[in-house]
Amino acid sequence: MSEVLLSVDGLAATYNHAIRAVSDVSLVVQPGEIVAVLGANGAGKSTTLQAVSALLPARRGQITAGRIVFDGRDLAGSSAATLVREGIVPVLEGRHCFASLTIEENLFTGAIGRDATRAETADDLDRVYTLFPRLKERRRSLAGLTSGGEQQMTAIGRALMSRPRLLVLDEPSTGLAPLVVEGIFRALKQLNAEKDLSILVAEQNSTVALRFADHAVVLENGRSVLAGAAAELRRRGDIKTLYLGGSSQADPSRQPTQAVA
Amino acid sequence: MFDYQFLIEVLVGGLLSGVMYSLVAIGFVVIYKTSGVLNFAQGAMLLFAALTFVSLVERGVAFPLALLATLAIMVALGVGVERAVLRPLVNQPPITLFMATLGLSYVIEGAAQLLWGTQVHGLDIGISDVPLDIAGVFISQFDLFAAAVAGSLVTLFALFFRITRTGLSFRAVADDPFAALAVGLRLQRVWAIVWTVAGIVAFVAGLLWGARLGVQFSLSLVVLKALPVLVLGGFDSIAGAIVGGLLIGAIEKLAEVYVGPLVGGGIEAWAAYVVALAFLLVRPSGLFGQKLVERA
Repeated sequence: MSEVLLSVDGLAATYNHAIRAVSDVSLVVQPGEIVAVLGANGAGKSTTLQAVSALLPARRGQITAGRIVFDGRDLAGSSAATLVREGIVPVLEGRHCFASLTIEENLFTGAIGRDATRAETADDLDRVYTLFPRLKERRRSLAGLTSGGEQQMTAIGRALMSRPRLLVLDEPSTGLAPLVVEGIFRALKQLNAEKDLSILVAEQNSTVALRFADHAVVLENGRSVLAGAAAELRRRGDIKTLYLGGSSQADPSRQPTQAVA
Repeated sequence: MFDYQFLIEVLVGGLLSGVMYSLVAIGFVVIYKTSGVLNFAQGAMLLFAALTFVSLVERGVAFPLALLATLAIMVALGVGVERAVLRPLVNQPPITLFMATLGLSYVIEGAAQLLWGTQVHGLDIGISDVPLDIAGVFISQFDLFAAAVAGSLVTLFALFFRITRTGLSFRAVADDPFAALAVGLRLQRVWAIVWTVAGIVAFVAGLLWGARLGVQFSLSLVVLKALPVLVLGGFDSIAGAIVGGLLIGAIEKLAEVYVGPLVGGGIEAWAAYVVALAFLLVRPSGLFGQKLVERA
């Protein structure tokens, strides 16, 4: 009965044992919570998320310091396949649908990833189609031939087929029209509210992310520099200018900011 | 007057021998598609299969039993290679993996030599090579048999990859390995299956090639025949391997018969490479291959 679902503590990671991408990131996700990871390009959002899902080795990256604990268990040494079965399911940046497979086949791979039985798979497929009716209409289309929004739904649907406890989304808004982004985040919020699904989401689009998240962490140059309630951070107008490269007129004499707890 | 009947005969003969090239090429393609490794050891595996089978039969093992035993050994070899050689090298650059399979091919050949000796063996799989007369065109019975076997094997694999869950995992891994990893597919298991398939392909190709050329160490050199096929068809397309094999087979025979006399003969051995080289300049990804996309 841990009050914390996921905790990342002092995470540092490199690529090829040489390029340091993340040097000190800490964050916490409580059960049933949406936590946004914000930051500019290259701040370390993707690296942090891939570390959580054990995807770094496939990118020739490695964790050099820090601990990641999920549901009271240290994740060091776990494989991505194991984590999916324990409930940490990633949705990759750029969607990464299987382009040469149909939408429905894409969704099936998520069920295989969890070793689901046939009955469970049929149930889960229904649930995904109820959440995204558009996918049902297009279920026989090759994923590579569908729109960006449909691909994002497919990627999320594929992850839901694995019955996640923590969904780890990397930049779901990339390359999508604002209305589509709104729809995606609505669906996520709905899952969060109805199924008590916890969500960790990295976003450059801080406006949308802060509107739907409960808490947020801001990364800058591979460090978590600010964390707090999303509502709190939203009220502070300076976040964008200070950390997210939102404006070139940032105050050059800015002070280090204390974390809002 | 031009002898059309003879042309057809040459063409059919070429296409049928092309099927045998396709068979070798498919072994390369299944592994390349899923793990990005050009498995140079495919030829050594082929030799190993043929040699094991021949030696078992010569030691008095019954034909069907030897067939099963060899198949089992090839499956074990495929799985063993994946586990012992490729798994420890996962996430290494492609050239490292290629060098590993190059080394592996010598280890397998050496092991075959240790186990079964270095003699040349004849392999009779019970198919007579009397040409059939079909509407005035003579067609080798053995070639027809080989084509039928290769055809059924390909159909079987196609069904397997289309219908089963394992087949879906294979297509997912071939499409996007990183996404497959993220979805939770066990890549190692898929690779083990792919190497098993490669072992089976090597087994069938080894028997057919062994029956035609005799079982000897130069048998492993048929991999070199697969290279122009792969260049033509594309390294990552099974359909490409089939079409490429047919094309190379036909081109070789046609060139030998019609162009050979003009340049003093003996061009069958290298005509395919000339075509492949020319093809590389025009369409480097092959007829059916995916355009090369930089893997991030």
